[in-house]
Amino acid sequence: MFYPHRKPALFLLLFLTSLPCLADKGEQLYTDNCAICHGHEGTGGVGIPLGLESFLEQASDEYLRRTIRVGRPGRIMPTFYRLADHEIDAIISHIRSWKKTAIPKWDNTRINAEASTGKQLFEKHCVSCHGENGRGGKGTGMMFSRPRDLPITPPALNNQGFLNSASDQMLKNIITHGRKETPMPAASEFNLNETDINNLVSYIRSFQKTMVSGRPMLEEPPVMVYTSPYSFSETIENIKRAAVGMNFRLIRDQALDYGFVPEEQESKTHTMVYFCNFNFLYQALAVDPRVGMFLPCRITVIEQNGQVQAMSINPKRLSQLFNNNELDEACDKMHDTYSTILEEATL
Amino acid sequence: MMMRRQTGLLALLLLVCWLPAQAIITGELIMVRSDKTFPEAMLILQDAIKTQGYTLSRVQRVDIGLTMSGYPTDKYRIVFFGKTEQIHELTKKHPELIPYLPLKIAIFAEADETLLVTSDPAIFMDLYPDPRLHEVFHQWHEDIVNIMKKVQIPD
Repeated sequence: MFYPHRKPALFLLLFLTSLPCLADKGEQLYTDNCAICHGHEGTGGVGIPLGLESFLEQASDEYLRRTIRVGRPGRIMPTFYRLADHEIDAIISHIRSWKKTAIPKWDNTRINAEASTGKQLFEKHCVSCHGENGRGGKGTGMMFSRPRDLPITPPALNNQGFLNSASDQMLKNIITHGRKETPMPAASEFNLNETDINNLVSYIRSFQKTMVSGRPMLEEPPVMVYTSPYSFSETIENIKRAAVGMNFRLIRDQALDYGFVPEEQESKTHTMVYFCNFNFLYQALAVDPRVGMFLPCRITVIEQNGQVQAMSINPKRLSQLFNNNELDEACDKMHDTYSTILEEATL
Repeated sequence: MMMRRQTGLLALLLLVCWLPAQAIITGELIMVRSDKTFPEAMLILQDAIKTQGYTLSRVQRVDIGLTMSGYPTDKYRIVFFGKTEQIHELTKKHPELIPYLPLKIAIFAEADETLLVTSDPAIFMDLYPDPRLHEVFHQWHEDIVNIMKKVQIPD
């Protein structure tokens, strides 16, 4: 057995050894889980700039902890359900290490004011950035998806992840003081008094509903497969014709093993037809630049055991990976487009 | 005997401290941010793919197509890769996987930094319940994590 009290020197050694690695762990966990969106030094990107002094002065550890745990359903920020509590704490410690600000602690006292009056104030002063019903700004926040003069995408105040993380007192503080280095102004700029601020908090709080963890998963197959009554080459031509008919530009068609084997050895029974609508692509990238990993649009035609099939990914199923409500619409549209092309080509 | 156990515990603790440094984001998407510029990150990515034992089959220049069509945008490429024998074998036995082959990683510029993103092959385990495929998906996951890690923190 190992008895720490009998071997204080060894126990001390173990303890001291663990200290630097816990600090490193926070940085490593941040790099692995957060830096992609928030930047290595919290300068922001898809996610808000966590390194802003004004943010760190207003975000309590509890707010950060809950945010990491529940995410922002439908607004990119995922739930980090795989992280243990001590790992989340290590990440928070790392974020705090950037700036020496006082760590705020907000009590959970609810503000019971007039939400209906708050609504009027919200529509007058807040809706231009935070959107109707607090739905937030559009785009992911990446440079591809927002005007470059905006440092951040205005957050969705009606997001259940946000409402489950932010206390009324924290909301009140943000509205009162604004957030320096972001477009969020202080209430004094609109001559709002404390009663007005309380009414605004109550209106924002009225968006809160019972939070359902995660987004409902659709029972969609991973691929769309259509059997073609036509020959292999006829089906390829049909796909091309149907794609052009749907305002797509043909990019190329090539063997599935193109680039893997010499041209003369390429498969004659597996052909990928690539096509693109650049306007749609541009819009999709503006909604979420990560969607490029399913680009370009492609339908593959195969001939196997005397049967010809045309198949594609199912964008509806894949949209679930992104936690982005805006992208769901684009993926639904793409699903319908693929269906139409596949149906037309194999009718 | 006691000394050996204590040494073992110490070694275990050190190992626990080291392990997270080798980890990378896992989930439905694998994403990394590299502080390298786009051209540098692209070179590291291509080299990492080859080092991991894969063949780079093609690079789709999305930004070029967009710009030529009147939609100027920052650098955005898709890198396709795979293992020749594996692709032939899988497409023969599991044609339902074809739309997801070859594997690919999207790489794009964000100011002076570069972002890389791909779907975590582990998600295929839910999409394709055939247990014979799971070993392949697991290997892809491991390989892609290694590739992305090399771009995130080059040697």
